[in-house]
Amino acid sequence: MGKFELSHRPYTFPATFRLRINTMSSSTLSSISVAHPNLADANGVAPHGQTITSEPLLRVRNLCKYFPIKSKGIISRVIGKVKAVDNASFDLYPGETLGLVGESGSGKTTCARTILRALSPTSGTAHFRAKDPSAPGGHRVVDLATLPDRDLKPLRTQMQMIFQDPYSSLNPRMTVGDIISEPLLIHNIGTPAERKDKVVAILRKVGLKPEHMNRYPHAFSGGQRQRIGIARALIMRPSLVVADEAVSALDVSVQAQVINLLMDLQQEFNLTYIFVAHNLSVVRHICNRVAVMYAGRIVELAETEELFSNPRHPYTQGLMAAEPNIDPDIPMQFALAGEVADTGNLPPGCAFHPRCPKKFAPCDKQEPVLQKVAPSGCQASCHLLTPPAGS
Amino acid sequence: MPTATLPASTSTVQAPSGAVSPCALRIENLKTHFMTDDGAIPAVDGVSLSLSRGKVLAIVGESGCGKSVTSYSILRLIRPPGQIVDGSIMYYPGDGTRPIDIAKLNEKSDDLYRVRGGYISMIFQEPMTALSPVHTVGNQISEAILLHQKLTPAQAREKAIEMLRKVGIPGAERRIDQYPHEMSGGMRQRVVIAMALVCDPDILIADEPTTALDVTIQAQILKLIKDLQASRGTSVVFITHDLGVVAQIAHDVAVMYLGRVVENGSVRQVLKSALHPYTQALLKSIPSLGTRGARLPAIRGSVPSLTNIPPGCPFHPRCEHAVRGRCDVGGPPALRTFTGNRKAACVRIEEIHPTVRELTAAEVAAADTLAAEVTAAPAGRHNH
Ligand SMILES: Nc1ncnc2c1ncn2[C@@H]1O[C@H](COP(=O)(O)OP(=O)(O)OP(=O)(O)O)[C@@H](O)[C@H]1O
Ligand SMILES: Nc1ncnc2c1ncn2[C@@H]1O[C@H](COP(=O)(O)OP(=O)(O)O)[C@@H](O)[C@H]1O
Ligand code: SF4
Ligand code: SF4
Ligand SMILES: [Mg+2]
Ligand SMILES: [Mg+2]
Repeated sequence: MGKFELSHRPYTFPATFRLRINTMSSSTLSSISVAHPNLADANGVAPHGQTITSEPLLRVRNLCKYFPIKSKGIISRVIGKVKAVDNASFDLYPGETLGLVGESGSGKTTCARTILRALSPTSGTAHFRAKDPSAPGGHRVVDLATLPDRDLKPLRTQMQMIFQDPYSSLNPRMTVGDIISEPLLIHNIGTPAERKDKVVAILRKVGLKPEHMNRYPHAFSGGQRQRIGIARALIMRPSLVVADEAVSALDVSVQAQVINLLMDLQQEFNLTYIFVAHNLSVVRHICNRVAVMYAGRIVELAETEELFSNPRHPYTQGLMAAEPNIDPDIPMQFALAGEVADTGNLPPGCAFHPRCPKKFAPCDKQEPVLQKVAPSGCQASCHLLTPPAGS
Repeated sequence: MPTATLPASTSTVQAPSGAVSPCALRIENLKTHFMTDDGAIPAVDGVSLSLSRGKVLAIVGESGCGKSVTSYSILRLIRPPGQIVDGSIMYYPGDGTRPIDIAKLNEKSDDLYRVRGGYISMIFQEPMTALSPVHTVGNQISEAILLHQKLTPAQAREKAIEMLRKVGIPGAERRIDQYPHEMSGGMRQRVVIAMALVCDPDILIADEPTTALDVTIQAQILKLIKDLQASRGTSVVFITHDLGVVAQIAHDVAVMYLGRVVENGSVRQVLKSALHPYTQALLKSIPSLGTRGARLPAIRGSVPSLTNIPPGCPFHPRCEHAVRGRCDVGGPPALRTFTGNRKAACVRIEEIHPTVRELTAAEVAAADTLAAEVTAAPAGRHNH
């Protein structure tokens, strides 16, 4: 104990990451529209028909991110690896919202940050359909996983991230106005007066007040700070938005407004979301499809309604049982006892087997693979659903 | 009121030793303001609530309504420009010793040291407030253990590993030598919970301890807190904005809006038949089975800034039931007690709920046994 100050805290968030992620904006829209007046989506509205395209905005294949485990001591050696994300594969279509759920440490954040190249991938690909007025059709598919930093930088205007922890993602020494307008400044958008107008407009959109502009983050409550982070990300009108627990810290009424706001903006600008969350009722409300992660791997991927009405993977079932019901007479089930698998030291076979109430013979020997388990296209990795070869 | 609130003077007329109050904590008319260049910000402006011994009281309300400032006030962690300007925070220790008005304690008093060092423990909303980035989590937990218990560093380390296991951290032996930044948000919060529990507190204040966690770990933490609360008789103030969590953990609920309690009652009363229009609106804005893909019925507008609190009922600009001339004039409505011994601060309760009636002063006194017992003790007679 002893570190009790309300308004002081150690500032630890790596500034380089903050800047890199935010070296982007597609409200560069205004600057694009000057340079390319013929571009259909220059005013931020997607060309008609883009919502129904079958071309994914993002195609992730076998994406891996391993962190080295180093030995303690003077000469530290690499003695193992944390498989934070292992073999993630999924498609993301323009205008859709893909939910990413799973316990803490399951790799959701690492997966999102690896896709956005805030972290460099260990292996795998992440093909992104980038807006590029000079390319035929106005789009160019690039592999974010292997793109050199120099080529990546301009693309960052098209991808934004809303962070999990509103506390550490805001620079405590900058005013709210400066925090929100920083991306505009970096990309030389507008005059100071125009930037201020944009900030005022977005502040109102996220439920804050223009007079909040000159205050510092510490004077805001947790929920208010999260709204600042959302304003900062949305001011750039990106095409891909990763919302990492973006509404998790908000109270229900603001959460409802922000969910409405995210959904409105999605409609308006054909935004595509990766929505990382732990609140399943919110995920059910907002997402088209949901990927369930466990210990760095996707264990089930299905249409939202199907996943919720018929969860197939035992882990998904446990996850849903733990959701606290608003009715005090329907007690929560503590279905999933035990510990999250340690991604630095995964159990053999199915990583979930030590906690799985349905494990059987092959589970601690053979690793199940993610594959289609229903005509609907639902994918899952469980021996119950896809019996291992030879059994 | 003069210095009569000093615990020493009240203890002389305290009930025989061993008589433990059914009330663990009773806050009356607490006002905590922040003195800024823009004037005083009334973050907490007249909060009254009580925590029954061995029970869980949930405090819910929108961001910025003063939940955290209330809990920081209980531990006297408010730093300038913040200041407790009025009210009392009576703590009735579980060991039957004399009650303490925390609000009036001297910054350097032994009582405040005892309150913070063991009686009342807190889990913070933002884990990084409580964790140092430059020390391993093991060293931080051991430090907390060594501060309160006579153990060798090796024993403290063992105990730290045990605590980490108890709060569900995988690979505790390896994790103990890690730094907070090497952990995911949920794991950090579990470390913070481990730190709060090492000294076996009488009252645990948990400020949104599960907000950043996924549901399974949340279920485990809620179970952990429930078990702890049941087995050790710990009284818990549980701050959250998740009404599902309230339903699962709390016995009683206080709903806050703009620095005040607007509704207070048992968990079933508040969640199943809310009295106050604000509580009703909150409940409606939760996504549910039927709302998928549709717009949620969010409460209109936003919480007014504390420097510009609307006259009359502070909720009136957002309230569906507001009536001009009644809701927008005068001061904020008083927290009144209604049938079922439930409280709400709204002038139109009887009109909105025709079956509900306000209790008379005598009925209130008879119904509120908790209050009766507390006010019977001299220390509880605490006016301003
Ligand atoms: N140091 C400070 N200076 C000025 N105002 C402050 C300060 N700390 C808090 N406040 C204000 O006090 C009010 C209450 O804040 P508090 O942190 O208690 O809210 P909360 O109910 O815990 O919200 P949340 O759910 O977002 O955590 C807010 O309006 C906040 O802006
Ligand atoms: N910088 C890092 N160094 C070592 N391990 C890390 C680092 N960042 C994350 N990890 C580990 O990777 C795993 C996944 O973490 P994360 O992506 O944050 O999970 P989630 O977002 O699902 O909670 C965890 O085991 C975590 O401890
Ligand atoms: S593979 Fe076996 S252990 Fe894994 S989820 Fe399926 S049944 Fe459970
Ligand atoms: S007093 Fe009026 S404005 Fe306030 S909650 Fe009641 S009806 Fe609504
Ligand atoms: Mg995360
Ligand atoms: Mg708070």
